[in-house]
Amino acid sequence: MTETLEHDLLAHIAAADTLDALEAVRVAALGKAGSVTALMKTLGGMAPDARLVEGPRLNALREVVAGAIAARKGELEAAALDARLATERLDMTLPAPERPTGTIHPISQVFDELAEIFADLGFAVATGPEIEDDWHNFTALNIPESHPARAMHDTFYFPQNAADSDRKMLLRTHTSPVQIRTMMTQAPPIRIIAPGRTYRSDSDATHTPMFHQVEGLVIDRGITLGHLKWTLETFIKAFFEVDDVTLRLRPSYFPFTEPGAEVDVGCSWAGGRLSIGGSESWLEVLGSGMVHPRVIAACGLDPNEWQGFAFGCGIDRLAMLKYGITDLRACFDADLRWLKHFGFRALDVPTLSGGIGA
Amino acid sequence: MKFTLSWLKDHLDTTASVDEIAAALTGLGLEVEGVTDPAAALAPFTVAHVLTASRHPQADKLQVLTVDTGDGAPKQVVCGAPNARAGMKGVFGGPGAYVPGSDLTLKAATIRGVESFGMMCSARELQLSDEHDGILELPDDAPVGTAYAAYAALSDPVFNVGITPNRQDCMGVSGIARDLAAKGIGTLKDRPVELVPGAFPCPVPITTTDDGCPAFLGRVVRGVRNGPSPDWLQRRLRAVGQKPISALVDITNFITFDRGRPLHVYDLATLHGGLTARRAKDGESVVALNGKTYALDETMTVIADEAEVHDIGGIMGGAASGVSETTTDVLIECAYFDPARIGATGRKLGIFTDARARFERGVDPDFLIAGIELATHMVLDLCGGEASEVITAGEIPQPALTVAYRPERTLGLAGVAVPEDVQADILSRLGFRVEMGEPWVVGVPSWRRDIDGEADIVEEVVRLFGFEHVPSTPLERAPGVAKPTATAAQKLERGVRRALAARGLDEAITWSFVPPAQAEPFGGAAWTLANPISADLAAMRPSLLPGLLAATARNLAHGQSSIRLFELGRRYLAGGEPLTAGVVLAGERTARDWQTGAATAFDALDAKAEALAGLAAAGLPVERLMVLPPADGWYHPGRSGRLGLGPKTILAAFGELHPRIAAQFDLKGRVAVAELFLDAVPPSRATGRTRPSYAPPALQALTRDFAFLVPADQPAEALLRAVRGADKALIADVRLFDRFAGPGVPEGQVSLALTVTIQPADRSPTDAEIEALAAKIVAAAARAGATLRG
Repeated sequence: MTETLEHDLLAHIAAADTLDALEAVRVAALGKAGSVTALMKTLGGMAPDARLVEGPRLNALREVVAGAIAARKGELEAAALDARLATERLDMTLPAPERPTGTIHPISQVFDELAEIFADLGFAVATGPEIEDDWHNFTALNIPESHPARAMHDTFYFPQNAADSDRKMLLRTHTSPVQIRTMMTQAPPIRIIAPGRTYRSDSDATHTPMFHQVEGLVIDRGITLGHLKWTLETFIKAFFEVDDVTLRLRPSYFPFTEPGAEVDVGCSWAGGRLSIGGSESWLEVLGSGMVHPRVIAACGLDPNEWQGFAFGCGIDRLAMLKYGITDLRACFDADLRWLKHFGFRALDVPTLSGGIGA
Repeated sequence: MKFTLSWLKDHLDTTASVDEIAAALTGLGLEVEGVTDPAAALAPFTVAHVLTASRHPQADKLQVLTVDTGDGAPKQVVCGAPNARAGMKGVFGGPGAYVPGSDLTLKAATIRGVESFGMMCSARELQLSDEHDGILELPDDAPVGTAYAAYAALSDPVFNVGITPNRQDCMGVSGIARDLAAKGIGTLKDRPVELVPGAFPCPVPITTTDDGCPAFLGRVVRGVRNGPSPDWLQRRLRAVGQKPISALVDITNFITFDRGRPLHVYDLATLHGGLTARRAKDGESVVALNGKTYALDETMTVIADEAEVHDIGGIMGGAASGVSETTTDVLIECAYFDPARIGATGRKLGIFTDARARFERGVDPDFLIAGIELATHMVLDLCGGEASEVITAGEIPQPALTVAYRPERTLGLAGVAVPEDVQADILSRLGFRVEMGEPWVVGVPSWRRDIDGEADIVEEVVRLFGFEHVPSTPLERAPGVAKPTATAAQKLERGVRRALAARGLDEAITWSFVPPAQAEPFGGAAWTLANPISADLAAMRPSLLPGLLAATARNLAHGQSSIRLFELGRRYLAGGEPLTAGVVLAGERTARDWQTGAATAFDALDAKAEALAGLAAAGLPVERLMVLPPADGWYHPGRSGRLGLGPKTILAAFGELHPRIAAQFDLKGRVAVAELFLDAVPPSRATGRTRPSYAPPALQALTRDFAFLVPADQPAEALLRAVRGADKALIADVRLFDRFAGPGVPEGQVSLALTVTIQPADRSPTDAEIEALAAKIVAAAARAGATLRG
């Protein structure tokens, strides 16, 4: 009799094709008034011997039925999910929601690269005003009023203030006044770079009335032209990420250096593209020299005790050379198409471990 | 400074090649900017023999020549030169040859019906001189078919050398030769100038009364003939870009370039009485040799006779007393002018001449006598005549500077050890007098005005020894990992820059100067340039917005639909140059999209979001910032505000750009802008890296919603702040999730719906406690003018 019941119930379970139908079968078998429950209830009235026989048999029946229901339930649920998923389709080629992506200007990126390289060499970053007086921009740098070198700087001046007639205000023509300000406020030893905006009255494809320079200054005891050479080699190697860098120091003249040198970096133009390295061709990259003793003295330091070197380099030019920018004026045009092309991602932060270039 | 190889060899005995000389010049600091050989341009031109010449059948002034070019069959050439004739030899250029003097490339052509396969050239066509009356005629023995440039020995490479302002001695070929000889490129030729005895006393009195001209030497040469100068002289001058004028003028120009010694020659017939170097008087003027009239003043040194000014001393001569073809008697001036005075006068008058360039740097005072004697020799040689005695007015400056020099400073300053005997040798060859004592006493030659200290001597030694021998020497490195060097302000700037870019804004760098009219609505420029490059780049920006707005307009004009620009830089105020960030949002905030529908525009709160993000990146506690009413006129008065830690610490302004200003920049639609005043960010008070201890709350937070009615013109911030403050221990967050005005809300009021997040600390609050908190919230809201919506 239980065999028949088991057979029938399993058949009903297998036949149930919805979760509701399966629930009805479960109630009919295992519910309070279910057929299996009714049989289980008979156990109480049985003689102990019979109960010993029937008890395990009925329990086994109940477990088989419950197991079959659970298995069938799983099947039906899986089928129902499949059926639902079959109706849920979205075209995965549709455009996803967009978020704007911003950019970092290449000149800012190069500022950060310079700071990173020179931090490793122990140089701090110093700043100074762009609206300067002629004492800091010229006189203290050994360029007196009558000096022909003043003519080399096409200087932007501000109208002279009658109340302050000794102080002629101008837009700094180089970052070198930061040398003066640093030496006057900071006790040696000094190692700084000073990047920033500079101005000269000049405009063509490679000159703009506003441009960026980085100044370097080291003041200490026993600093020589050899240290300058090493520092520039180290810097150029790190900046251009090339080990084979040849520098050529040429004697030159800056009133605030003695000796003074222009620095060319060896390069080649194979295939019309610039690559740094070798000595096939030379590219003028910066001006430098040992700080003139008069400049050191003008800042209140004793030139017999302290000496050092300084260099100045166009940042825009560095950025152009490294990243293949051909027109300087475009750097200051804020054309979104240009910014998207030459700009850097926000997270392209130059680091020593991750690399100085991006 | 230009010179030719043959000119250099007048002063330097050398077998060095052009490349060797160029490399040595650059190594000496005389940077070679280029070496060109004009003969290279004449390569296609050859010596040719005119075999026959006959009248052109269609044109009286043309002839038809047959020319043997040494290259196969004779060629037919149509020629217009009157001197072309059978039997002569000349210079031929065939099809494909570029004619430098005419700037054209020859090709076979038919001229009035007759074919012509080339051209017989004039001197002007080959840029040899201005001669164009006929074609060049060569001697009969000129070999047909050889390159003309080689035959005529025209190959003479021209060096173009950049001379730095300190090297006045290299403004003449002789000085460059001296440097090269000192470097070991050949031997300097000793070319002493012999005195020309005066045949008669100088008839013209010469005086100087001005310290701007401490010495004025003059002499008369009478009975000269002033025609064109000889070929060799013309060719020299032309090779360095000077136009030959007449023998007398060419002589002064030649000595200017040859010796760096400018001179002037007056036509004696035009002078009235003696010549005096004096200060100009206010109101005086002179018509200079360039035909322009210059107003003079009492800061300028001039040379004048009893009637008028004849020369802007050391800068440019006057037209009235200039020499001409009819000149017979001349006065030669050789003077020393004060360099500072020359510079100041030159700048004031805006005159750039070869004379000024040399006097401004300082000519060799020891070459005054030699200069006038050399000029006299050349005048007598080329123009004939008879020379007077020389008058020397004033006193010839005799600089006798010596420098105390320690030879070990070469190692100490330049880092390169140079043996003492090598140093002494280098200095001697440069003309220094060396006494090798303790220290050395080094006498500076009269032509090296740039040298006055020990460091200068070091430079001379190392310059000649070779910068390439300076060993690369590492800077001492601090032990351990490199220490961070960025200041707080620099880190702040970097943080704000990268944060704004990460939010989707593009960083721009715009000019620091803007058109004054664009600075005006932003408070006007505190600084305006006296000499801007153009009127549009005259006003130092008082705000970063005008530059960004102009860029925005340009981008919109290019068809960009969505502009998010920012810039980090200084704005220029009367009291300083504070670091500022400017943000401009214009065009579409979101484009038309299949999910979100129509495009949306930016509004003032988008600008607020960028301002808050920037300030958060600057390390500010954004939740403590107050929104204050706008203060600046360039914002929409009802849709803008400022962010601050209090009314005295304003950190940003944001909002919709005033429509009137948007119109000024040709911007249509709403433009949202923000300015972040990064200089106002207070320094961080954090010390050390350790954070306060923290453990996440064990109990779950719960939320309750409230809706309040508030007057429509009351800031929502007041209600949010009040609710937040109702119980600071329990209330973790208050968010506005709905703002509604309309049906069900009384006129003049809005409904603000808030979600309050309650974070119990150590035990779950009871229902009664929640009720009590709700009551506190409602009471706090009521104090802020809000009533719970029923």
